Amino acid sequence: MAIDLTDEVVAPAPQEPVISARDVRVWYGTTRGAIRAVDGVSFDLAPGETLGLVGESGCGKSTLGRGLMGLLPEGAKRDGEVLFRGRDIFSLSKKEAYQLRGRELGMIFQEPLTRLNPLMRISQHFEETIKQHEPDLSKDEIRDRALEVLRLMGIPPTRYRSYPHEFSGGMRQRLMIALALVLRPAFVVADEPTTALDVLVEAQIVQILNDLRRNFQTSLLLITHNVGIVAEACDRVAVMYAGRIVEQGRVAEVFKNPQHPYTRALMRSTISLTTTGLNYIPGAPPDLVDPPDGCRFHPRCTEAMNVCAVQNPVDIERPGGGRVECWLVGPDDQIPPGGKQSLKQEELTVVDEA
Amino acid sequence: MRRMFAALAKPFTETTGLARWMLVAGILITAVFVVCAIFAPWLAPYGFAQSSAHGVDFPKTGHPSSAHPFGTDRLFFDVLSRVIWGARTALEVVVLSILFCVVLGVPLGLLSGFYGGALDRVLVLIMDALYAFPTLLLAIVVSFLLTDVYGGSVIAVSVSLTVVYIPQYFRVVRNTTFSAKEATYIEAARAIGARDIRIMRKYLFGNVVHSVPVLGTLNAADAILTLAGLGFLGLGIQSTQAAEWGHDLQRALADAGSGVWWTGLYPGLAIVFLVTGLTLVGEGLNETLNPTLRRRRLLPVVMSQRERTTPVQEEQG
Amino acid sequence: MSSLVEVRDLSVYFELRGGTFARLFGRDTGLIKAVDGVTLDLRPGEVVGLVGESGSGKSTLGRALLGLVPATHGSIRLKDQDLADLNRRKLREIRQVVQMVFQDPNAALNPSMTVEEAVADALRVHGVRSSAERRTRVVEALERVGLSPVELFLSKYPRDLSGGQKQRVVLARAIVLDPELLVADEPVSMLDMSVRAKILQLMLDLKNDLGLTYVYITHDLATAKYFCDRIAIMYLGRVVEIGPTDEIFANPRHPYTKALLAAIPEPDPDKALPRDLPRGEIPDAAQPPLGCAFHPRCPEAVSACGWESRDLRALLEEHWMRADAAYDEEQNVIGDLEALDDPSTIATFGAGGSAAVRAILDRMRAEDTAEPLWSGVTSIQDSGSGVTVHFEPAPSPALRRAGGVDVACVLYPNEGTGRTSD
Repeated sequence: MAIDLTDEVVAPAPQEPVISARDVRVWYGTTRGAIRAVDGVSFDLAPGETLGLVGESGCGKSTLGRGLMGLLPEGAKRDGEVLFRGRDIFSLSKKEAYQLRGRELGMIFQEPLTRLNPLMRISQHFEETIKQHEPDLSKDEIRDRALEVLRLMGIPPTRYRSYPHEFSGGMRQRLMIALALVLRPAFVVADEPTTALDVLVEAQIVQILNDLRRNFQTSLLLITHNVGIVAEACDRVAVMYAGRIVEQGRVAEVFKNPQHPYTRALMRSTISLTTTGLNYIPGAPPDLVDPPDGCRFHPRCTEAMNVCAVQNPVDIERPGGGRVECWLVGPDDQIPPGGKQSLKQEELTVVDEA
Repeated sequence: MRRMFAALAKPFTETTGLARWMLVAGILITAVFVVCAIFAPWLAPYGFAQSSAHGVDFPKTGHPSSAHPFGTDRLFFDVLSRVIWGARTALEVVVLSILFCVVLGVPLGLLSGFYGGALDRVLVLIMDALYAFPTLLLAIVVSFLLTDVYGGSVIAVSVSLTVVYIPQYFRVVRNTTFSAKEATYIEAARAIGARDIRIMRKYLFGNVVHSVPVLGTLNAADAILTLAGLGFLGLGIQSTQAAEWGHDLQRALADAGSGVWWTGLYPGLAIVFLVTGLTLVGEGLNETLNPTLRRRRLLPVVMSQRERTTPVQEEQG
Repeated sequence: MSSLVEVRDLSVYFELRGGTFARLFGRDTGLIKAVDGVTLDLRPGEVVGLVGESGSGKSTLGRALLGLVPATHGSIRLKDQDLADLNRRKLREIRQVVQMVFQDPNAALNPSMTVEEAVADALRVHGVRSSAERRTRVVEALERVGLSPVELFLSKYPRDLSGGQKQRVVLARAIVLDPELLVADEPVSMLDMSVRAKILQLMLDLKNDLGLTYVYITHDLATAKYFCDRIAIMYLGRVVEIGPTDEIFANPRHPYTKALLAAIPEPDPDKALPRDLPRGEIPDAAQPPLGCAFHPRCPEAVSACGWESRDLRALLEEHWMRADAAYDEEQNVIGDLEALDDPSTIATFGAGGSAAVRAILDRMRAEDTAEPLWSGVTSIQDSGSGVTVHFEPAPSPALRRAGGVDVACVLYPNEGTGRTSD
């Protein structure tokens, strides 16, 4: 499956992607069977680019992020190909993967306090992190490095020897970001980094994430359920539904001219200051142990056609750049005769609600 | 009803490996003793304090024979019968003492955890003091105090075991209540105007008793040992009132020197097996019911072959 | 029009237990003013929004309306009864009139009660003895919140329901008693984007059908804009701006209101602008800033905002964040920053001599001449090995009339009319 890179990336010259994921699948084992949390996802990420991954909960966003990092629970399996600077990180040995994490691949989590050791000073956290990968650095060099990152995160040098509990929630998240970035990884996954924070602090962190590409040349996969945050902090967006990326492209393009009905529904349901009416998406994301046939969104789609219920949509180039998977967009020549008639659906009630 | 069965079966359906085997083995062993206890009058060839049958006296410390497979002891009692009847005594005492513990310990723990303050401090102090005593010593003291009242009966021993084990139930329930009362649903219950009593009964109780069954089975194993210890010291149940393994062991002590091994071996084995069985059940339950230890049986993930048609063109920008 | 609820100068304080030592000796080490002098009227049928960050006291105020937390000062009059005068039994009865919806639907329902038991328990508590009557009213309430067919839900446990469905059950439990006032504490913030609108719509429908009055507690001005008739913006236990929703959004006055508005991410990429966000986070309520509580974060602060020692510390830290190279040396001159941690308008600090400390202060001042803190400084005197900085003391601004709203900010001095909310 190919993602074309013809849609202009922020960087002036088309660059080799840092991360190039092809047909990634991550399935969880449960007592009922496999949950196909991520089921055939492909995307590219250029250096210094931020890709926003949006969707409702239960669409596989977090699983994709953790899958890329190799942080999966027992009983989960992944396959596909993820090229990081030309190396397939899915086929690395445990030791190699460990070497790569932290130094080249970073992760920022939702709940910062649980990731910091309460008995260690911030300075010790930095020493610990840096020593893992660059054992030759002296304490002073570590301090210089750490203070520089902290400064970019807006944490004053006077706090370098404090303990985690002396920081507020927003400061802790800044700390986590600083710790993830101190080794200057080329690729960072941020999993809902602002969800636990207050509105103003959330906006501050979004601004920091927004400045990342300028300060660090880091490629960021920003996982969020908030369409507004994507609009503010990302270059490109990938909309995920039921384990698939249903639409991706440049943020301005996709949000101004959404092609997939799910993207449209998601944007409509977001309540912002310009909201004039309350809209929602009927139903709930499907059970990923046994996802619906055809397009996985068809049971909730108001524009579904006959073909949607029986045949998987084809991944095609989006008008205006990017990719989309929806029969409404095409390709028309693969739709069987009569397939374009609108689908008779069962009405969705509260019973099916998310 | 179906829900109850499903809940009962959950430990089996959701466990894997060792935990499952522990549970199965434990339940099998324990079941043997339970059957013995319930059907003792039919299973045991003689009564527990019977020294003759059909006008014929039993031999004194008679060798195991076809009439007495486990032999007889120095009081002319049939050892097999006493082992079987002993199961009944043991289970009676354990069930009674756990019942007392639950009936007293759980409500006290609820009250203490819910109200906190002075009541909590006093109760915690008492319970901690009880808990700090060596188990056997405490049991001895209490049964000694109770000799005049109930005099070596099943009730007396049960009460002394209750005193020994009640602090654990109290503590567990109090601590879970303490954290559970901060839950939003408790505030929600207040918001609908529920009284404290109702909050404790309808909202807290169901959510804090989860750990009691595990505690109960683990304590049961321990209680068997304490009971035997009491019997061994002669403070337990008198041999004419009921068959009790610990007491039998004590009497067998004198036989050991004279080559009479059967009077001690069989009650001893019974104690070992029942304690093992109950411990296995307790640990097995703990591993299945305690979410921090639980490992669910996951179905293996088999990734299907690629089903999606890949678009034909494979060009890179 | 008469009010359903009159809140007068309400304060709710919590005693704060200190560290291990303080607890060992049973000493209480602080007082948190969760709600500090709030006056508010709720008229029948209106939706009043309480908006602020966590720690602003909005949830405590909401709980005080149900009598779930006792008032320290001031009064809450509900239908001509003062909540403070009521005994426990009466207070429980009042909960037929005021009900609450909680933020986290996953936690608000007892995991060991079915939907029917959960909703029926509200009736049971208030003396509905007949189980047939309870069943009828439960079914009616569940239908009203859209949980139909009811039979599918009655015997379900919370764990079998989705987030939106659980919140509907919570709403059903709240309305089954026919209350007049519903306090909704962030009812949609834990829900998925796709169902938020649905639950808000349901709440609006319930309000119209049942003639409810709402107190809508939220940190999100976007939903408040859609939902509320009137909005009270809260910060550290005080109302800093209150007025009709339209006026607040068309013409936000308090800098905090402006900040909250600016913080809402806008999904339209054309409208996303670089924003001037307030620095820092909501301060410790046990030691609130002197003067206006918002001044340390305020992008529009002036000399009269109540500057103090801790602001100087923050400014020094900010200075060192910029001037990385000079940090070690200057830190030695300034010495221990903890000297600035006690809130006071007189700050004495410095370890490396008065002249050196003054030099650093001058450098900081030159770095950012627009920094309003300096305008709040009345004098800098030499003292020992450092200096003493005196700040102009200022009171916390009271709510004053400005345009169609009331604002507590020194930028909006009194227009001369009364101080109560409109």
